[in-house]
Formats: sequence, structure tokens, C-alpha cells
Amino acid sequence: MRKTCLESVFKIAKKNKKIIFIGSDLGPGVLDNFKNEIPKRFFMEGVSEQHIIGMSAGMALNGFIPYVNTIGTFITRRCYEQLIIDLSLHNLPVRLIGNGGGLVYAPLGPTHQAIDDIGIMRIIPNMKIICPCDSNEMKKLMRDTVHTKGPVYIRLAKGGDEIVTNKFKNINLGKAIKFGKTKNILIISTGIMTQIALKIRKKFLEKKIECSVLHLGTIKPLDIKSLKKNISDARIVFTLEEHVLNGGFGSYILEICSDNMKNNLPKINRFGLKNNFVEKYGSQEELLKYFNLDANTLYKKMLRRIKK
Amino acid sequence: MNKLLVYNSKKIKLDKRSKNLRSLIVEGLIKSGRGHFGSAMSLIEILRVLYDHILMFDPKKPLKHNRDIMILSKGHGCLGLYAILSDKGFFRKNELEKVGRLHSKLAGHPENKIPGVEASTGSLGHGLSIAVGTALSYKIKNKKNKVFVILGDGEINEGSNWEAALSASKHKLDNLHVIIDYNKIQSYGFTSEVLNLEPLKDKWESFNFDVSEVNGHDLKQLKKSFLKSKLNKPRLTICHTIKGKGFSFSENNPKWHHKNFFTEKEIMNMREEIK
Repeated sequence: MRKTCLESVFKIAKKNKKIIFIGSDLGPGVLDNFKNEIPKRFFMEGVSEQHIIGMSAGMALNGFIPYVNTIGTFITRRCYEQLIIDLSLHNLPVRLIGNGGGLVYAPLGPTHQAIDDIGIMRIIPNMKIICPCDSNEMKKLMRDTVHTKGPVYIRLAKGGDEIVTNKFKNINLGKAIKFGKTKNILIISTGIMTQIALKIRKKFLEKKIECSVLHLGTIKPLDIKSLKKNISDARIVFTLEEHVLNGGFGSYILEICSDNMKNNLPKINRFGLKNNFVEKYGSQEELLKYFNLDANTLYKKMLRRIKK
Repeated sequence: MNKLLVYNSKKIKLDKRSKNLRSLIVEGLIKSGRGHFGSAMSLIEILRVLYDHILMFDPKKPLKHNRDIMILSKGHGCLGLYAILSDKGFFRKNELEKVGRLHSKLAGHPENKIPGVEASTGSLGHGLSIAVGTALSYKIKNKKNKVFVILGDGEINEGSNWEAALSASKHKLDNLHVIIDYNKIQSYGFTSEVLNLEPLKDKWESFNFDVSEVNGHDLKQLKKSFLKSKLNKPRLTICHTIKGKGFSFSENNPKWHHKNFFTEKEIMNMREEIK
């Protein structure tokens, strides 16, 4: 997904002279093709996130559309005030590509785990957040980022995820994707948790239990219309996120429902991480399992709640 | 006597224009009731020289394509900026009397929705990076315009400035001119005591800037330095200024960094001394 994202930036930049790429201190060879073909619009600025955001703001004030890339935790935590003042207060079209959303950097410990990034970013005015579930969706949403007003945070997963969105013709920034048409269990998810949601759905269907998945590849602005309709139709709702529950994706869904829906809300159950630092390492998959966020465990938990 | 004291000891007598600009701030403050008095007064000659002699701009078309850019990174000095912008016709002078009020166009720190204000600042350590991004944009577009940015001395306590300084010299931004309003007093007290900046010139030279030091109230010295440029290097002028310049009671007085109340006597003194 990261590869697709960065390749998309290069492709867009070849056609559009407003596109700039700014990295902090990325791995050797990242976007060498961009550097070689369009050196005037390629910048590798070193470990200086505060400056990079200000610099990208200066460029955006002058008509450019900078795509800034570094590790998710650094882009959300390190330069928070620059995000709010330099980008959002000025409402500038800077695109922030955060590597390692969620538990991707599991072996590297808590300094690198972006498990609070959605919460951090979603309270910033004007900030948009996209969190695709596979590289196909990433490609489509990257196309839309060029002309979107204001700053956008792009939460990247590890990559190599199964392509699950190729049947959908209309994938657009700000629009939800619905898997299935059933009206019983609704799982709402974002990012690669949608991959897990689809595995759970398969298990339910094997048991002849109706279940659909609503994937929100754009977290902000949220597709409220689709959310309202699908929640109204459901008997029980589950939200999944690779993020702490406090202030994250599920909380956002609850807020939207509370503010926009009046009566007969079904029970909304949130699954995610507790508000703790992650004290274990291993792989992303191992950590998801350790925190009971794998398909098997979640399916069993959901089944128990359905039967209650 | 060390160099800093020499710069400060050379008292500059204010001419009519410098007094008029200060008077705009004083009359505004008397009605609006609060603001960073000392931080604005140290800036007046710097701003005056920039807007009278250096910058290309059109107050009727503040976003005109071929204008020069001036970012006041030490946003708390905005009363000085508002005075010169209103003097140049970007907005009406009586707006200064409403600074910070509910329906005022002008806030206690500048916002880029105000005509003539290029970037919203106030939290410190932001303006230099935005200026670097602007100067780089001009390089990419082969635009010949200049980018000026004014930093406060206390402001360069912020580490982000030094990240930006590394970047400016890396890119050899000879279209960038950084100005430091070195009045030697920050909010709590003297910069030498809060967080000493010396040797300041050596620091910036070691970051590969072309550095000049001037008396920040001497119009000739300021103009000469602001007109200078050096191929492949960003420029920096350290302006030795006096906080609260122009008033006996506020000069070099940390208590006049910011005022949120003026007594009748203070109002009388301000008006008397700026005549």
C-alpha cells in the first residue's frame, strides 16, 4: 500500500507541475525515480518534522500541492502545532502520508506505533483523514487527493493486503463502501481492519447469519448519509479499529450517531485497543491477536454478544 | 564596553514619521486596552524601512502575483505591523482602535485573512519555515521576488528555527532575508538570563548565513543591510533594538513587554512623550 501510495505521487507529479514531494529521512532509494526525473520538486529534508510542515505550508501558500511523507507517529505527534497552525488554520492543500498506521511497526516499540493518530488528527479543523483497506482503494483515493481542499492525512498500512475493493466501480474520497446487502449484523471498519471484518463476515455467512461490512476509507469527512442508513437498517453494530478506543474511529461513529440520529439506535459495540502503551513487540499480526483483534477472536466475541 | 552595549548606547532620535507610526499604536492601545507594547515599539524602524524602501507591494491588491513577501514571525509585535500596513493603505487606521475586540478585523496576533498579512503567526517558531517554503517556491518558479521574515530574539529559543536555518542554507536561499529584532528582553526578562543567545552572530554564520549587525533604529544602516544579498547564501540582519523604544518609561523595561491595562497617568505619559 505504501508503494502504491508513493508511486501514485510520482505519477500525479509527472502530469501536474504543482505536485511536490517532501520526505524527512526516508530509507535509501525511496522515490528515486521522482528524484531523478523531477529533481526540482523532490525534497529530502532530514529529521526535522516541525520545519518540513512549515516549509510545505510556505509552498502551498504559493500554489504548490506538497505530499509529505514520514513515519505516522512523527507526522502526527512531533509537529502537532505546525499541523494545526501552519496547515489547518491556513487551510492549505498539504498531503501528509503517515507510514505504519496502527501496529505496523510492532517490533519497534511504542515510539513508532501510530495507535492514536486518528484521534490526534480528527479534532483538527479542516483536516481530512483517509485510511484505505487495500492498494486498489489507495490508488483511487490518491487520485482524489490532488484537488481536495485543505490538508489530508493518509494513514498507510503495511502493504501486501488482499485486494478486496476491485469489484467496486465508484471509489471516491468521502464515500463509504458496503460489502453485502444484509440487514442484521453491521460491522463498521476502516483501514486494514476491513480485511479482518470481511473474514468475520465470511464466518457469519457460513453459519447462515446475515452480516454486512461498511468500510469507511475516508474517516473525515465521514459519509454520514451512508452511515445513518446502514445503522438504521442493522440490528446490532460493531466497530473495528487498529487504534485506541479513546477518541478514535469507534468514538467518532458514536458521536456522529448521537448528533445525527434520533431514535431506535441499535447497540454499537466498539473493538479496538485499550488506552495503554503497547508493551509487547512481535509482528503486527501477532499483536492484533494478542489484543484480541484477530478475526477468530472477534467472531467469537461478536457471536456471544449477538446471542445475549 | 561590549558590542551589544555600544549598539544600544547609540541613541537614535526619532523623526516625525517614526513618532507618527508609534502614535498610531498608542492611540489604538488607549482605545483597545491591551497589547504587546514594547515588542511593537522595537520593530517600528525595521518595518518602516522595509515598507518604505525595500518591499514591492500594492495595498489595493494585497495578493498581487509579483509582490515581495514579509512574514512577521514574532506575531506578538503585530501592532507595529498593523501601524505600517494601515499607513500604507491596506486597511483603515481606525482599525487599530478595535484590536482584539469581538467584531474587529485585527487580532492580538496577525492572521493572514488581514490584508497585507502573509501568514498567521503568534505561536513562535513558525515563520522561518514558512518563509523557507516560500523562498523555495520562488526558486522553483524562477521568480525574482524577495522573502523577508522577522524573528524575535526570545522566539529563537524554539528549536524549529534551527531546523529551518539548516534547510535555508542547504538550499542556498539567497532570496531569503531573515531579520532578528534583538531587543534583548523576552516575556520573563532579559534574554541573557532566560536563555542566552550569544554568540548570536557566530551561531548564524556557522549555519552558513551571510550576517550583518546593525542598530535597529538607524534607518540608513537598516536600508543598507536589507538591500544587501550574497549569492548562494541566505541573509540575516541582527537588529540591535530597544524594547519599548521611544518612551522613557518603557525602554528596556520588561514590564512593558505586554500591557493589559493603562492608568490615566500612563496614558498621559504616552501621549506626552510621543508628541
